[in-house]
Amino acid sequence: MAISPEEVLHVASLARLTLAPEEVGLFTRQLGEILAYVNKLAEVDTAGVTPMTHVLPEPEAFREDRVSDSLPREEALTNAPAREEGAFVVPRVI
Amino acid sequence: MDYEAVIGLEVHAQLLTESKIFCGCATRFGAPPNTQVCPVCLGMPGTLPVLNRRAVEFALKMALATHCRVAPESVFARKNYFYPDLPKGYQISQYERPLAEHGYLDIQVNGTSRRIGITRIHLEEDAGKLIHSDTRPVSFVDFNRTGVPLIEIVSEPELRTPEEAVAYLQGLRNILLYLGICDGNLEEGSLRCDANISLRPVGETAFGTKVEIKNMNSFRFLRQALEYEIRRQRALLLEGREILQETRLWDAAKGQTFSMRGKEEAHDYRYFPDPDLVPLKVSDAWLEDIRRSLPELPAARTRRFMEEYGLPEYDAGVLTADKALADYFEAVLATFPRPKQVSNWIMAEVLRELKKEEAGIASLKVAPRDLGRLLALVEEGAISGKMAKMVFEDMVTSGRDPETIIRERGLTQISDAGALEAQAREILAAHPKEVADYRAGKTKVLGFFVGQLMKRTKGQANPQLANEIFRKLLAD
Repeated sequence: MAISPEEVLHVASLARLTLAPEEVGLFTRQLGEILAYVNKLAEVDTAGVTPMTHVLPEPEAFREDRVSDSLPREEALTNAPAREEGAFVVPRVI
Repeated sequence: MDYEAVIGLEVHAQLLTESKIFCGCATRFGAPPNTQVCPVCLGMPGTLPVLNRRAVEFALKMALATHCRVAPESVFARKNYFYPDLPKGYQISQYERPLAEHGYLDIQVNGTSRRIGITRIHLEEDAGKLIHSDTRPVSFVDFNRTGVPLIEIVSEPELRTPEEAVAYLQGLRNILLYLGICDGNLEEGSLRCDANISLRPVGETAFGTKVEIKNMNSFRFLRQALEYEIRRQRALLLEGREILQETRLWDAAKGQTFSMRGKEEAHDYRYFPDPDLVPLKVSDAWLEDIRRSLPELPAARTRRFMEEYGLPEYDAGVLTADKALADYFEAVLATFPRPKQVSNWIMAEVLRELKKEEAGIASLKVAPRDLGRLLALVEEGAISGKMAKMVFEDMVTSGRDPETIIRERGLTQISDAGALEAQAREILAAHPKEVADYRAGKTKVLGFFVGQLMKRTKGQANPQLANEIFRKLLAD
């Protein structure tokens, strides 16, 4: 098995997901299958191949340091479940 | 058993760009909440970050100024965690391939110089700001700061004392100010510092368990937090107890650190290269342009102060260790071009004032031109050095110019030899015993006579002249 139930629970907690016991088993099996599938890549001989993080060539991908318009605050807060005095309100975190 | 501390600092500096690192929102401090945000920095689906060229240039300046090796190619990575100040659910940072590595900063503590290694400097985006309600179980989120460019400067664990840590942070801040890429405000958080600290028996080379300390927003708090932590860890070790690897917050009001989160909750950031951003390439030509654009840095300015102004190394070092102070010094010279005298005055009187107020030179009410004029008045003999100190104290509190103060307080110096001599004769006539003592070889009595004359003239006699007059009269 490529992934243990403990690892599934750990990843779930990092993602703030609560899993039912039967889901732990289901996802352990499914994620294991996915990982095993992706692991096929390990069969390729990559000795002498430079690791690559991006597929694009080398475009100049900069912007100049100029200020552009921000969103009107009303719009920025449109999807906020709760707001007060222009701020998003969230459950206390500390 | 004796322990030594092993300290490393992680310093975050906000870069003074006009716009954010990956979008065009303004970075201005103090704007109303959520007025400098857009779909990119709010993490809306479908948006793409585009790197601000100037943020890279500023980071490169710092890298060169701290003797780092700049990577020809570095990679942005996603640091994944959930927190309300992070709308995307990840922070764009650099991880395995940072912008620059292997630099150093020389620090001076108690007259000894030490070279502190800089592990790396990388670019990243700032998170938003959380304000916690005093009355209700809620926090308020302001995303204006989200996406403001930061550089993180990580030191090697080579600092050994709180004093060294403070000197290192001061040194970094000074370079940032010389470069003009960060305003260095610890209180407002444009410069932030976290410390990793562990203890180990003297002579041991392996590291002990380290603790991370956060929330030290002044040099004083950095020193106090490290001193506290050294005491706390030493006490635990002496009792044979274990140090927990954890993050602790400095509580300035209580003068203590307290545990924020333990190892079991330690973050697992699952870094991976950000597919939205191409690798950052820095060509030799670009780096050379940046190198040529570097301003005079503290070390070079120290040398220049020694060569151009003939200052001792110590004076030059103290003055240039604070860009604003060095600027002030040179501004005074524009009015009164005697470097050593100006330096003496700044090192003694001005620094004493600043220390008293725990403030920087920017808060000093005395304009450089006014200090120059004050020193010129002493030089001309219009007032004595002692009076000048009184006038200076007045200038510090009132911000008035020296001439006004001297006129209003009637602080002119009597340099009329005839007038002083008449009074000196009266003093000698009134103290025959002391005169006899002097003539018997107890020349120290001269100070007594001068003192009497000062008393009579309310301190306005030119002291040098008074000395001469008594010496002459007593020799007769």
